Amino acid sequence: MRRAALAALVSHWRRQPLQFFTLIAGLALATALWSAVQAINAEARRSYAAAEGMLGLGSYETLADPAGRMPLETFARLRRAGWQVSPVLEGRALLGNQRIELLGLDFISAPQANLPGNPQLRETLSPNEIFLPPGIAFVAPDTQRALRDIAGLPHLIADTSLPPGRLVTDIAVADRILEAGGGIDSLILLKGAPDGTPGALAPQLQRFDRQSQGEISRLTDSFHLNLTAFGLLSFAVGLFIVHGTIGLAFEQRRPVFRTLRAVGLPLRELLGLLMAEIILLALLAGGLGILLGYLIAAALLPDVAATLRGLYGASIPGSLAFDPGWAASGLGVALIGALVAATHGLNSIRKMPLLASARPRAWAVASTASLRRQALAGLVLLLAGIAAPILADGLLAGFALMGGLLLGAALLLPLVLGAALSAGAALARGPVAQWFWADTRQQLPGLSLALMSLLLALATNVGVSTMVSSFRLTFTGWLDQRLVSQLYVTAPSEAEGERLRAWLAPRAEAILPIWKVDTPLYGTPGEIYGIVDHQVYRSHWPLLASSDTPWEDFYAGRGTLINEQLAYREDLSPGDSVTLGPGWTLPVSAIYSDYGNPAGQAIVHLPLLLTQHPEVPRLRHGILTEDPEGLARALHEEFGLPRANLIDNGSLKAISLQIFERTFTVTGALNVLTLSVAGFAILTALLTLSSMRLPQLAPPWALGLTRAQLARLETLRSLALAALTFALALPTGLVLAWSLLAVVNVEAFGWRLPMFLFPAQWLWLLALSLIAALLAAYLPVRRLARTDPSQFLKVFADER
Amino acid sequence: MNADRLALLLWLAASAASAQGFAGLGTEAEGFAIPSPEAALTFPADHGPHPDFRIEWWYLTANLSDANGTDYGIQWTLFRSALAPFEADGWDSPQIWLGNAGLTTPEAHFAAERLARGGIGQAGVTTAPFEAWIDDWHMTSTAPSGDPLDSLSLAANGEGFAYDLTLQATRPLVPQGIDGYSVKSPEGQASYYYSQPFYEIEGTLSLPSGPVEVTGQGWLDREYSSQPLSETQDGWDWISLHLDGGEKLMGFRLRDREGAPFTSATWIAADGTPTPYPNGALTMTPLETTDVNGAPIPTQWQIDLPAQSLSLRLDALNPNSWMDLTFPYWEGPVTISGSHTGKGYLEMTGYTAP
Repeated sequence: MRRAALAALVSHWRRQPLQFFTLIAGLALATALWSAVQAINAEARRSYAAAEGMLGLGSYETLADPAGRMPLETFARLRRAGWQVSPVLEGRALLGNQRIELLGLDFISAPQANLPGNPQLRETLSPNEIFLPPGIAFVAPDTQRALRDIAGLPHLIADTSLPPGRLVTDIAVADRILEAGGGIDSLILLKGAPDGTPGALAPQLQRFDRQSQGEISRLTDSFHLNLTAFGLLSFAVGLFIVHGTIGLAFEQRRPVFRTLRAVGLPLRELLGLLMAEIILLALLAGGLGILLGYLIAAALLPDVAATLRGLYGASIPGSLAFDPGWAASGLGVALIGALVAATHGLNSIRKMPLLASARPRAWAVASTASLRRQALAGLVLLLAGIAAPILADGLLAGFALMGGLLLGAALLLPLVLGAALSAGAALARGPVAQWFWADTRQQLPGLSLALMSLLLALATNVGVSTMVSSFRLTFTGWLDQRLVSQLYVTAPSEAEGERLRAWLAPRAEAILPIWKVDTPLYGTPGEIYGIVDHQVYRSHWPLLASSDTPWEDFYAGRGTLINEQLAYREDLSPGDSVTLGPGWTLPVSAIYSDYGNPAGQAIVHLPLLLTQHPEVPRLRHGILTEDPEGLARALHEEFGLPRANLIDNGSLKAISLQIFERTFTVTGALNVLTLSVAGFAILTALLTLSSMRLPQLAPPWALGLTRAQLARLETLRSLALAALTFALALPTGLVLAWSLLAVVNVEAFGWRLPMFLFPAQWLWLLALSLIAALLAAYLPVRRLARTDPSQFLKVFADER
Repeated sequence: MNADRLALLLWLAASAASAQGFAGLGTEAEGFAIPSPEAALTFPADHGPHPDFRIEWWYLTANLSDANGTDYGIQWTLFRSALAPFEADGWDSPQIWLGNAGLTTPEAHFAAERLARGGIGQAGVTTAPFEAWIDDWHMTSTAPSGDPLDSLSLAANGEGFAYDLTLQATRPLVPQGIDGYSVKSPEGQASYYYSQPFYEIEGTLSLPSGPVEVTGQGWLDREYSSQPLSETQDGWDWISLHLDGGEKLMGFRLRDREGAPFTSATWIAADGTPTPYPNGALTMTPLETTDVNGAPIPTQWQIDLPAQSLSLRLDALNPNSWMDLTFPYWEGPVTISGSHTGKGYLEMTGYTAP
């Protein structure tokens, strides 16, 4: 009996290969989307954790001189006074054409856990190799290849735990490459080091705690949260799809179940068989999905790597390791989604009277009451989402808003669509139009899951692309404004800086010192810049909010400019007083945007900075010139400045833009993917409906509508539903974008992005969703158009 | 890189207690100076570092006791190991310094270490004024005149302990071997080696239970070389004994995997006159072992030097005087019985778990 029942169940799939395909494909796609996001996320996290664990310097308190590097003597003096500290030298260098971040640790005194390389690798190295020139350095395998042919470098050792573009080496090697002359950036406070600052031993040193260095990790957290939000979204879309496909798989086979029960298959066995079947299918489709997800993730990961590298300087290798964790979570989603979806189906089979009619359409006709319940749940979610940022602060509130908004809108969709269709029906003239609206409404419950997926995909698309475009527009403008100088040059020493300025004075249009001190602002690391009085600032500096006469106050020494991050963190507005140091308070004359910078920042008139901080390093300069190329060459020859010390504006801008272009490539790709999965869900639903809709279509056919007319109407219906869904998705997406820009971004980065609207993008998206609806309708409509008239006739002859 | 490997190198080189895989180093000395029997030691210049020699140390041990008669021991050691035979200013220095400090009580043993490279001021030795230091550990001359090592102030600390002592020498320096040229193997490996075994000490030990005022006697060893090891020597047992009659005995036994151990001794009369003894004159026989860190380590010894009618038994004050550092060894105070009585120090390296 069991064998016969199994054969009957399987034979259904044999006879309906398309249904089988959609079931497997739906499950697989949902799993793929989920596991791709998980894979990327897991990889990013893992690599980041590895990089952090290796460098783990964030977990130590440090001593540093806010004015710049400290001399080597300071380190020795502190050690001799019993301070257990270890020196760190950092910097960038252009090696060949590779821009490399150097990290020099004292391999003798640095905490062993933070040294690169694994113990086995280190065992093979002799002290002579490590400490005698040329020394050794650890780099990622990619970087090792890129630096292979460059002369004068230490012996490079590949270390997969290192991010590309970073070179970790003994401080002696770093000192040679950076020509630091014994300078030290910071001192790690080791276990057993005293509390407080060294005081008279090294009065210029300030203590920076772990918290303050965690700013960068807050940024990274935000990036991960973004990915996680995408993961959750894909999970929701995936569950909708799994639910839909499994539900269909049950409904399509109700006649088979009834027959099997009628010929004596015990209920328990039928349920058992179905359960086994679902688990098998979920595992099969889940496996396929994981494979697919892996491929997607592998294709996208280089962009993720580029994003992290560009945004946070802490990059991850552009390769993907297979992690059982996310594979298992992918299978879990497929399994749990399928089982949850099956519960309803199994339950209805359990309750099915032995001799009930097949009622294949029963699932497609939801009661008004359940529709109301669903809409109510949607409303509650929506309100909860809106309340979240009001009641709580932090990134989670932002994401709660996003989640509530999306899910709430999705759950409300059937009710809203129903109302819209009712309105359509009320306006309809003529029997065909009235039948069209009424029939569409009647189909709604069967399509609602697929339409909800579409809504989610569309809303995300609108939201994320609005955010990306707003970001890009703002950032490009900001770059143009901020990078006003044609050439940036850093002098190697104070004396050279002096000589440089004298030399440049007759040769450049203007020299704009970029001098700053790193100093705590309100207890977190901050920086104060001094600028000279020059027209470029007045005309180019982007101010978000200002007093009536910001520049006049500023240059009179009566005001300071602060960045948005500081303003946001300390709740400062123009006119408020800001404390820039002990006993140094100035009114805020304006607030400027400072994208991507985690630190608080203030700008004062240069003479003021020199009075307050006479020790400010006078090394960096922006230069206004007609001929940056020629001047750069001359500077190189006259001062022997390495190319790394000369940055021309064009390439700087290009690099910056490239970074931000890449930042959201991944998001865009996932967007398209989500949209296509949603399109697929509509296809599945329409396909299933079309096979059941013969009884609804037969009467209008009998009344004189041709099959072609019916097919046209079906196409129109699909388009109308997609258009209506889009109409709801658009505002949802815009609110989503707003919450990303004004809530999530502010919570994560401390700056708010202005929101720009891109109606052309919406039109494009509408076109895309209509095309998706058309494509989804194509197969069922073609099938309808080719249905043998005898099939229509049969509807009136028997019960099928 | 790893400090463990680095310390291993330093330690192996410094203690002449080579593990098998490392024996090669001691016999070759490319570019490094080689001790010669002709060259005489000159002071105070030779108190300072000799960067052209591969290894060097300033090694002080002291047997101390408090007012109640409780015995203590302390060790203060600064090793220098050169990767290349020169010194340079800044990070490029090829000199690496290792400090070890120990404090032993009958019940407890404390040990700590410090690592630094040369050239940057974190560790080093200067002769005028004499100071040897690594971080805040130091051995500083307080002698107003005469040899700078005649009076010293000495301090070190680690987790759970610290000490701060003043040392006053009552006799001149004592050269070991032949005028400071000390042979270390039948093949002729040798080092420069001199001592100051006549320190009277007072000062304070800081223990978890509180400070303890102590007095006692100390022994400073100065040694440098570039090739102290023979290929088959894999560890040593070294003693410095203060006998109650005022005599001192330095002796060591270099264990050889393939033959009889190589021994050497210097008998130092109470007036400071040394009598060196060649290989074989001294015998050192383990009597009892203690399981320390998984390896049996001799903590009771029979010492015989028939030429001086010497037959001694040494008992460790604390058999668990294990220097549990990145490269571990045993070093602690001993009490002397037999033909003479007194106190001393015992160091044993190269005893590894089977």
